[in-house]
Amino acid sequence: MLHFAYLIPLLPLAGFALLCVAGRRIGNPVAGWIATLAVAAAFAMSVVVLVSLFAHAPDGRLFTQHWFTWFRVDRLTVDVGLRIDPLSVTMALFVTGVSALIHLYSIGYMEHDEDFAKFFCYLNLFVFSMLMLVLSSNLLVTFFGWEGVGVCSYLLIAFWFRRPSAASAGKKAMIYNRIGDAGFLVALFLIFERTGSLDYQTVFARLGRISPTDLVAIALLLFLGAAGKSAQIPLFPWLADAMEGPTPVSALIHAATMVTAGVYLMCRINPILHAAPDAAHVVAWVGVVTALVAATIGCAQTDIKKVLAYSTVSQLGYMFLAAGTGAYVAAIFLMLAHAFYKALLFLSAGSVIHAMDGEQDLKKMGALRAFMPVTAVTFFVGWLSIAGVPPFSGFWAKSDVLENAWAVSPALWAIGAVTAVLTAYYMGREFFLVFMGDPRWQGARPGGDAPRDPGWVMGVPLVVLAACSFLGLFIDLPFHPTWTFLERWLQPVVGASAAVHHYGLAELWGFGLADVAFAALGIAMAAAVWRAAVNRPRLEPRFLFMAWFIDWSYDRFVARPGALVSSFASSVVEARVIDGAVEGTARLVRRGGERLRRVQTGYVRTYAAVIVGGIVILVAYLVTRAGS
Amino acid sequence: MTIDGSWYLALAAVVFTIGAVGVLVRRNVLVMFMCIELMLNAANLTFVTFSRQLNDIGGQVAVFFVLVVAAAEVVVGLGIIVAIYRRRVGATADDPHELRG
Repeated sequence: MLHFAYLIPLLPLAGFALLCVAGRRIGNPVAGWIATLAVAAAFAMSVVVLVSLFAHAPDGRLFTQHWFTWFRVDRLTVDVGLRIDPLSVTMALFVTGVSALIHLYSIGYMEHDEDFAKFFCYLNLFVFSMLMLVLSSNLLVTFFGWEGVGVCSYLLIAFWFRRPSAASAGKKAMIYNRIGDAGFLVALFLIFERTGSLDYQTVFARLGRISPTDLVAIALLLFLGAAGKSAQIPLFPWLADAMEGPTPVSALIHAATMVTAGVYLMCRINPILHAAPDAAHVVAWVGVVTALVAATIGCAQTDIKKVLAYSTVSQLGYMFLAAGTGAYVAAIFLMLAHAFYKALLFLSAGSVIHAMDGEQDLKKMGALRAFMPVTAVTFFVGWLSIAGVPPFSGFWAKSDVLENAWAVSPALWAIGAVTAVLTAYYMGREFFLVFMGDPRWQGARPGGDAPRDPGWVMGVPLVVLAACSFLGLFIDLPFHPTWTFLERWLQPVVGASAAVHHYGLAELWGFGLADVAFAALGIAMAAAVWRAAVNRPRLEPRFLFMAWFIDWSYDRFVARPGALVSSFASSVVEARVIDGAVEGTARLVRRGGERLRRVQTGYVRTYAAVIVGGIVILVAYLVTRAGS
Repeated sequence: MTIDGSWYLALAAVVFTIGAVGVLVRRNVLVMFMCIELMLNAANLTFVTFSRQLNDIGGQVAVFFVLVVAAAEVVVGLGIIVAIYRRRVGATADDPHELRG
């Protein structure tokens, strides 16, 4: 059954092609159902592949499927094909699974949008690109998928492009990703130069040919690419702006799938990271600092989606912390758990926004638990999960990350712990402001309908994701070696380079209780501060609201000087130097022509005189010179 | 009595000069045409002279070519002259200068 794997990326591609050609004719809502079915079928195929992979021995769970040779230049041969191993199948499973639910949700959310079919067309293209990214057997094809999701995120963030803010947010995401992609590309050049191949298998086999310095460079350049895609310091400001897109897009791209591509890349290249411990340290530290910074920013945002956006950045920081400390299993575990609860939170937030007619300001919500009970419960589950309250999946995943961080450096653990408290706090703040307190929206909509829970099309994904956020705990349990399903499953891929720390039961309990204490502390802080209050200016300093002025300083110190240089180039260099050279040449020719045309008198005698004169000169030359 | 070859060459030079000056200073198209013939024949005379002196028949062969070319040129040239006179009787060589730049 493994050979059916090619259907996993091709089904969404077929959906994209169909909607591209006939989307408008198929129309609303059938186009949405087609797209959803395409992704759901891809999910089914992933399950089939997963099951058939189980039939093989753990060490034999690696298959490559050759499709065709993309191009062959000198020593470089690039084959397009799939690499089926536990890691890629895990990614394919959760990408298609979460995407299918979000597709379903979008049918309801985008109901009234005039570009309904176009939206699903982009979504399917996005899923195809993401699947190529995770399933490809070749770094360059991974880069193809990498760029594909970049393009789709541009299209989807700027989906409502008539709003200038959405259009510029799309551009911003594109530009930040370009910076990271430059790093990725240079890393590819280096890898090819040193190993003569871009195929994962070959590259990993030839790592010995690369000098340690080059390995560090390669790992750091790839991490630069990952930092762009996964919104890490210093390339994170685009993610908050990307909330301009429709909420399902935020859930799909900026919570569940695309931003995890960077983490996936780090796990995929784990042999390189393992061979370059210095680079791994950088990854861990950048990750944990990002986690802390983004969490502090999340505490002061007033937009329901921006809180979630910074929370995503923060959680991605955790994942990089895990990858940098060699805990690849923990990174993937947190990625899965995060995909569930963050998609859940985003979709719940989407329901709230939908019900509030587009209102996104936390301060204008409140008391919605009475009006939207289903959404309130699902958001509650998401909150507890991300806060790390047992037994929700977030608790197990986050504990796993923190334990491994402790083994490498207590400092990393401490920052991670502070972040854990902040996470519980800012999510609690959001929950209290949205669902508890007084209904502050009633003045804004006199006589209007009270907000209601969405219909089943949007409700089902919420409930399924809430269930997943809870059941995610069964993916990997630390208590007994037979329960660590994910760890044993990923063993063939990351086993050789993963850092293994086996804690005793007492230590595990200690870590677990500490994590519970962090979550409880954060929730208690949130409850104490935000249960009754709405505005607490001292707890929402402008410094945090403005995201540490990072975006502002990029604008002031990079973007504006850049704009000045550009306008100088367009008004002076372009107008004077380049146009000057072109027009000057033209003017020279025209003036010269005007002078020269006087020679052409039209009188035969002039021509004759010139000929005679020429002959005289020629003869004179021959007589005087040629003889000597 | 034999005449020194240089005399022939001098005669050819004189005839050529008359022809060249004629082309430059006259306005009458027919006269200019005859001057061109003078130059051609001066060249022919030079050819024949050297042919005799060097005992090489090649020079005389060249003369035949020149005569043939001159005959062809006369046909074309007279055609042009007739065409010009047809547009305007008594035209000089300066009258058609439409190709002035």
